[in-house]
Amino acid sequence: MSKAQWALELKDVRKSFESRGGAKEVLGGISLSVRDGEFVSIIGPSGSGKTTLFQLIGGLAPLSGGEVWMDGRNTTGHRGHIAYMPQQASLMPWRTVRGNIELALQIAGIDRKQARAKATDWLARIELDAYADSYPHALSGGMQQRISFLRALLSPQPFMLLDEPFGALDALTRQQMQQWLLTIWEANRRSVLLVTHSIEEALLLSDRIIVLSAAPAVIVDEIVVPFARPRKESLWTDPQFNALKQQIYEQLHQPTV
Amino acid sequence: MDNSKSRWRSIFPPILVIAVLLAVWELAVVWGRVPEWKLPAPSVIVAEAIAIWPRLMLHAGATVQLALIGFTGGAAAGFALAALLHLIPGARRAFYPLLVLSQNVPVVAIGPILTIWLGYGILPKLILVWLVCFFPVSVAMLSGLNDTDPVLRNYMRMIGASRQQQFWRLELPNAVTHLFSGLKIAASYAVLSAVVAEWIGADKGLGHFMLISSKGYQAASVFASVFLIVALSLTLFGIVALAEKLVVRWRPAKEAKKV
Ligand SMILES: Nc1ncnc2c1ncn2[C@@H]1O[C@H](COP(=O)(O)OP(=O)(O)OP(=O)(O)O)[C@@H](O)[C@H]1O
Ligand SMILES: [Mg+2]
Repeated sequence: MSKAQWALELKDVRKSFESRGGAKEVLGGISLSVRDGEFVSIIGPSGSGKTTLFQLIGGLAPLSGGEVWMDGRNTTGHRGHIAYMPQQASLMPWRTVRGNIELALQIAGIDRKQARAKATDWLARIELDAYADSYPHALSGGMQQRISFLRALLSPQPFMLLDEPFGALDALTRQQMQQWLLTIWEANRRSVLLVTHSIEEALLLSDRIIVLSAAPAVIVDEIVVPFARPRKESLWTDPQFNALKQQIYEQLHQPTV
Repeated sequence: MDNSKSRWRSIFPPILVIAVLLAVWELAVVWGRVPEWKLPAPSVIVAEAIAIWPRLMLHAGATVQLALIGFTGGAAAGFALAALLHLIPGARRAFYPLLVLSQNVPVVAIGPILTIWLGYGILPKLILVWLVCFFPVSVAMLSGLNDTDPVLRNYMRMIGASRQQQFWRLELPNAVTHLFSGLKIAASYAVLSAVVAEWIGADKGLGHFMLISSKGYQAASVFASVFLIVALSLTLFGIVALAEKLVVRWRPAKEAKKV
């Protein structure tokens, strides 16, 4: 198997933070890989180091050990290789909706004209073209997250990181957003690593789920999600769906050593 | 329709108060037989202003020129210094306390020293106005540049924005509202500091004109100058506020109203 087959490869990634009374180990050797066009979710207890892991993949903080590879190249400590959708929409309040999308594309190296055309085209496709020239404060939380996702989807970086993208939304909006994202992603497959707290969300969206333990985080289990695509919301009533949900729930609630 | 009505409702009370005040002033002067060289009635001031209008305009022209050049230069320098201190690692931490302290120095007090050093030409006066406008802009700009939302900063870094891109695309636009609050402070002091500079030493300008008028006990002329100075100051402030409205269009409506 050639290395470039993996969109992302983490090789024994470790991270400790210096603190009074010694080092605090947060990531205790994480190895995982994501295939091209694969949707992988990470699920783990709060404080297990998921956001920290994303900071390492994004090249924002030094690793205490291990390597990050993307598309067959060692990108450890390098920035600019990922498209990112954070928990808060993180839209620049002084830029219009279209302007925000353009900004992300321009920073990734796309020229202004092309970025503009792409943004305009896609805003129409997700039926938000009426808001293209509005400022973010005029949008609901759910709409802002759609823009935030679109911005990441259109960015040319080879890999998408989504850090609890729907964590701040109410349950109903969240469910609608999951369905929406599922539809768009299935039509435009990109390599994705998603952090979530919701087992249902992970099961609905992912090809594979990686379960982390509490800090220092190690991989407890890796679950291949067997449901065929395109998936529907009716999945929620599938007995297999509920069995897997139960299994992951128990893994997350194992007593920590 | 509704909007102009509510605007009228908010403008009307202060106008009424001012009108009443002027009327009381006028009547008090007339009935109390206050001598004109002490306190002229508003009607006398208006009459005097009309009589000396050409001369008043000549002096006002000099003052406006001084205030505008000083304001523009000071604001530009304040902006540039803030950007520089922000971009040079460590410089901000070293200079910021000094800048904040300098705000407590009554800059106009430096005026006489500037005259000793530089004589009576336009240069010491310009430097005075320039200094008065420089500090509020640099301090506001510097704190604005540092006031970037950490969530946005993290986002920009995650998607690979360079230091330069972070400055132009995030920190600078974020600082614009701060910049304008600094510019508004500078604008409201620019005309005043120009007048003070002209007191210290000048052969033209409203400050100079006030000085010779008061020496000649021409209170009406002094008052006419004061009203003109207030009007000029308000105009400059209004221009900056208008520019802010045109530039900062993205602010939510409810926040814009608070100012
Ligand atoms: N800069 C830092 N210095 C010291 N400790 C840190 C730092 N950043 C994170 N940590 C610690 O690392 C651990 C993991 O934090 P992290 O934010 O990655 O968890 P998480 O899995 O994303 O949690 P959540 O699900 O609540 O978002 C926490 O215990 C946190 O206190
Ligand atoms: Mg987190």
